[in-house]
Amino acid sequence: MSAAREAILTTLRRQLKRGPLSDESRSRLQQRLAQPPRHTVPQRGLLPHSEQIGLFIRMAEQADASVQRLSTSAAIPAAIADYIQRHNLPSELVMAPDPSVSELPWAEQAHLRTRVGAAGDQDKVCVSPAFVGIAETGTLMLLSGAQTPTTLNFLPDAHIVVLPAERIVGPYEDAWQRLREQQVALPRTVNLITGPSRSADIEQTLQLGAHGPMQLHIIILDHPS
Amino acid sequence: MQTTSIHFKANARRALADESLQRSLTRMRVGFQHKRAVAAAKLPEFETLRDQARDLKDHVLEHLDFYLEAFEAKVKEQGGQVHWARDAAEARQIILDICQAVNARTVTKGKSMISEEIGLNKHLQAHGLTPIETDLGEYIIQLRQEHPSHIIAPALHLHKEDVAETFHQHHAQYGLTRKLTQAPELLSEARQVLRSQFLAADVGITGANFCVVETGSTVIVTNEGNGDLTQTLPKVHIALTSIDKLAPTLDDVTLLLRVLVRSATGQETSVYTTFSSGPRRADDLDGPEQFHVVLLDNGRSTMLGTEFQDMLRCIRCGACMNHCPVYGAVGGHAYGWVYPGPMGAVLTPQMTGIDQAGHLPNASTFCGRCEAVCPVRIPLPKMMRHWREREFQRHLSPRSVRYGLRAWSFAVRRPALYQRLAGLGAWLLKRLARGRGRLSRLPLAGGWTAGRDLPAPSGHTFQQQWRRRGRGV
Repeated sequence: MSAAREAILTTLRRQLKRGPLSDESRSRLQQRLAQPPRHTVPQRGLLPHSEQIGLFIRMAEQADASVQRLSTSAAIPAAIADYIQRHNLPSELVMAPDPSVSELPWAEQAHLRTRVGAAGDQDKVCVSPAFVGIAETGTLMLLSGAQTPTTLNFLPDAHIVVLPAERIVGPYEDAWQRLREQQVALPRTVNLITGPSRSADIEQTLQLGAHGPMQLHIIILDHPS
Repeated sequence: MQTTSIHFKANARRALADESLQRSLTRMRVGFQHKRAVAAAKLPEFETLRDQARDLKDHVLEHLDFYLEAFEAKVKEQGGQVHWARDAAEARQIILDICQAVNARTVTKGKSMISEEIGLNKHLQAHGLTPIETDLGEYIIQLRQEHPSHIIAPALHLHKEDVAETFHQHHAQYGLTRKLTQAPELLSEARQVLRSQFLAADVGITGANFCVVETGSTVIVTNEGNGDLTQTLPKVHIALTSIDKLAPTLDDVTLLLRVLVRSATGQETSVYTTFSSGPRRADDLDGPEQFHVVLLDNGRSTMLGTEFQDMLRCIRCGACMNHCPVYGAVGGHAYGWVYPGPMGAVLTPQMTGIDQAGHLPNASTFCGRCEAVCPVRIPLPKMMRHWREREFQRHLSPRSVRYGLRAWSFAVRRPALYQRLAGLGAWLLKRLARGRGRLSRLPLAGGWTAGRDLPAPSGHTFQQQWRRRGRGV
């Protein structure tokens, strides 16, 4: 369909009353893509890091996520076992292959059956690590990858996310900056997740638990080892 | 989709008499307007961000050819494919070809207004494929064989009793025969039924709220998670979008997201904002093996450089219809095509022809609320006026309007005559009112007085009163 491509581009240029852009204009636009200018960043997120954590928790809870702070990662398996029990969830757990969650002392929780990998239809509870947390709106950023499959974020009923406190940033712009610094190219999927899934399509009344997880639990780690 | 915009007047009359629809519309007006106002008030920078969003979209439109080519290059670099479609027929064919190439039988779909615009479902069905809408609202209206009545709340016109009835009828085939009454049960049943569809689908089609040039990503903004299951589980992901959806960088798309979600549902942000770039990587454990982006034009390119260019800034939040007294009175279906409300009154004549959709830009009081709430400050009333001008120039307006305007224009260019006629009119109306100060019936204005009285003038025109007052000073 390259005929369609040419036709559309020709029409656009005719309507803009010009030919293809000059080299100078093109390099100006290339420059803008390479060094993205910042627009006004809401003051709300521009806080010292310690206050960003508080804001993240407030905003995530406002979006109906539950949040728990732990000191070290060694405490995660026990906390999750407790969460599962309190919410009457099945004691089978699928987790991301990422070592930050898969290599925790799970053996200490003898009654939990754990599996590592992508999620399937039968999985009800899962654990995965977040890339960053964005305080401005209490939003998690999760990246797809061999260690962090995307299905974990959507198929199970309960999604538990581990987020080191040092990975909480204020505004979105800082999250993008971290992503640009740490990744050569974007992964297939970048998920921004704020609370559990919901729908208001029936009589505009909000119901939690649509097609994605019905509950989202965030564990903030103050001292990840 | 068959357009019935030409029957807007009859559609509107039916809608006004539809008691069930009127209850839904009342709920809509209270909900959406309040939520947007609260969200806007919670972000002090909101008005500044609206200005910047407008300027950003203008910048993109001025350089649209460059950004489209750069976006295409970036998608390809990551192993994705880009398809350009001049019109609806080309877009339908491209998608059908992709589906047939993988011998697809079922296709899950995330919410997409462009899919409605090109009539995709009907086309896929005609070729033996089964498209399944997975957004709850879209799913409900697909079962009922209806069309969306709102661009972000497709089943807005329905009540939970309607949904219960529909599910009862269609879910028996899955052994779900209990008649439900509560919204949470209905949602849970839809989740159960659609789950197996997500897992079985061969192709997943989503829309895209934005296309990011910097990263070659398509972006969807959702709350249910259906869009993500649609694009993650099948072996092929098709993102169907249009040429006006580009945002140069991640920072730019952030600006647009900050105004979009607050203007639409009044949330701080949506539950899921998902960026998709290319197919699954070699070592990924899940994700689609193919990633296709379909870029639709369908008349948008010819709006550039015209009095309708500003309309291409639209980010489809729905705030204009949420605040429109006309939409609020007649609902979305009366508009007769895909896009209702003020944005539809500008887009529909462009896409279906002013001869078909002439009523829509006329169905406005120009109260200006749509422009006041538009996150990218589109001058919607001004553009509706441009359509009225075009309609008049093409002699499409009714004869009474054309003759009336011609007579008025004759008089108004002759001040002495105009003042005399106006004086006569004012005097006559006062006499007709017989001291009651109002007229309950008036020749040639039966439409106006059928619903309310016309306040009678004092008997003197403004100019007569002004002259008298001038003498008194």
